[in-house]
Amino acid sequence: MSAVHPVPSRHTPLHAVHLASKAHMVDFAGWSMPLHYGSQIREHHAVRRDAGMFDVSHMLALDLEGFDATRWLRALLANDAARLARSGVPGKALYSCMLNERGGVIDDLIVYRFDDARYRIVVNAGRAAADLAWMRQHIASNGINASLGERRDLAMIAVQGPNARAMAWQALPEIRPGSAALAPFSGAQIGGVFVARTGYTGEDGFELSVPAARAAAVWQALAAAGVAPCGLGARDTLRLEAGMNLHGQDMDETVSPLDAGLAWTVDFSDPARAFTGRAALAAHPAAWRMLGLVLEGRGVLRARMPVFTAAGAGETTSGGFSPTLEKSIAFARLPLSVTAGETVEVDLRGKRLPARTVELPFVRHGKTLI
Amino acid sequence: MSQIPADLHYTPSHEWVRFEADGVAVIGITDHAQEALGDIVFLELPETGRVLAAEEVCAVVESVKAASDIYAPLAGKVIAVNQAALDAPESINADAYAAWLFKLRLAGETPPLLDATAYQAAIAEE
Repeated sequence: MSAVHPVPSRHTPLHAVHLASKAHMVDFAGWSMPLHYGSQIREHHAVRRDAGMFDVSHMLALDLEGFDATRWLRALLANDAARLARSGVPGKALYSCMLNERGGVIDDLIVYRFDDARYRIVVNAGRAAADLAWMRQHIASNGINASLGERRDLAMIAVQGPNARAMAWQALPEIRPGSAALAPFSGAQIGGVFVARTGYTGEDGFELSVPAARAAAVWQALAAAGVAPCGLGARDTLRLEAGMNLHGQDMDETVSPLDAGLAWTVDFSDPARAFTGRAALAAHPAAWRMLGLVLEGRGVLRARMPVFTAAGAGETTSGGFSPTLEKSIAFARLPLSVTAGETVEVDLRGKRLPARTVELPFVRHGKTLI
Repeated sequence: MSQIPADLHYTPSHEWVRFEADGVAVIGITDHAQEALGDIVFLELPETGRVLAAEEVCAVVESVKAASDIYAPLAGKVIAVNQAALDAPESINADAYAAWLFKLRLAGETPPLLDATAYQAAIAEE
């Protein structure tokens, strides 16, 4: 057996709180983050059945401001930011990939619209530096009148689960009037708190952005309201069950969103919208199908395991143990002709075991969908 | 702080060994190992009757985080595997010294094992 060595690195505003809670800390994308606070499986169930919270302050929030903000987002992103104004929902959020000229995924992100000249963008921690460099260069080379402000002054806490909103209101009564009617997948600035009804777990809940100095007090108020602290381990199994991609694992700069189950996020509907990567995607239609796998026997699927189908070989991109299904599950990139409901074989460390292909997601809002 | 019972023997790869009467050894993984692995969800144990060489890979412990190979601390023949641990791998997280993995009838040369003090020093160095 080999041991795991945590490496100290950048700290979020909640670092001292995690240490006091006896979290198992690990290095993640250059940040020291909680992996779990005792049992990752217990934390997973807390989110599916009640409410859990995650420190996601390692992610980078950006404030985009300027006359050209909307025009620029429509050129930068594979999904169409014009949908946000069209939705009529204030603070509406959009999930999108940001592509390079070859159609590879530089990062996936969420953008919230305040008005046509003001947006909040949230990007992955591990991609923050690359994203910023790309965005700034994109602004400069397209003559865009817009600025990007880094919001490292904020801490972000994701509160997720069927009881998450009620417990967040109990902990922070001042956000209740402004967030009670908040539509799914939208956000609002309420006093000092940006409240977004978004997440990465497949459950309802909020992502709260608060000034770093208030982070510990907010975390403790949520804990006092009954919200369970959860680490990156549970975050990964929750997003896996929810069929949500992880950049660097399920797609990266060499992978087209069309091959990573993200075709639904690429908006070709406006023929005049020349977003970066569009020409490459148009020239290279999908070559792979992303499906879920459920292992039939005992064992645990992991990322990068070879998968054998009647139509040829593919591989898993993410895998793990699903606490909800009590089985091992994975995402797999498979030949296009493979469909849900087939039996395939996965090479688990030299042994070929049968698995069933399914449509993603596996679980949503506490319910098993497969 | 992980527990390291004084009456057991240990390997640098985090297995524990308890010697019983008649040349039988009981083998498991240490509390430090279960803590590092996180929630354990699956075990693969050797077949009863299999003859193991010392330091041979003979079992797999899979946690939510990773798969870890288990090495035979000693040479011998597998005479029992713990069905209760196979059925409930999380019992290793609950008590790594109660949830043994398999028993060996010792045969051949016995490599040196660590005592509790030496094992404590070994994990302190990690």
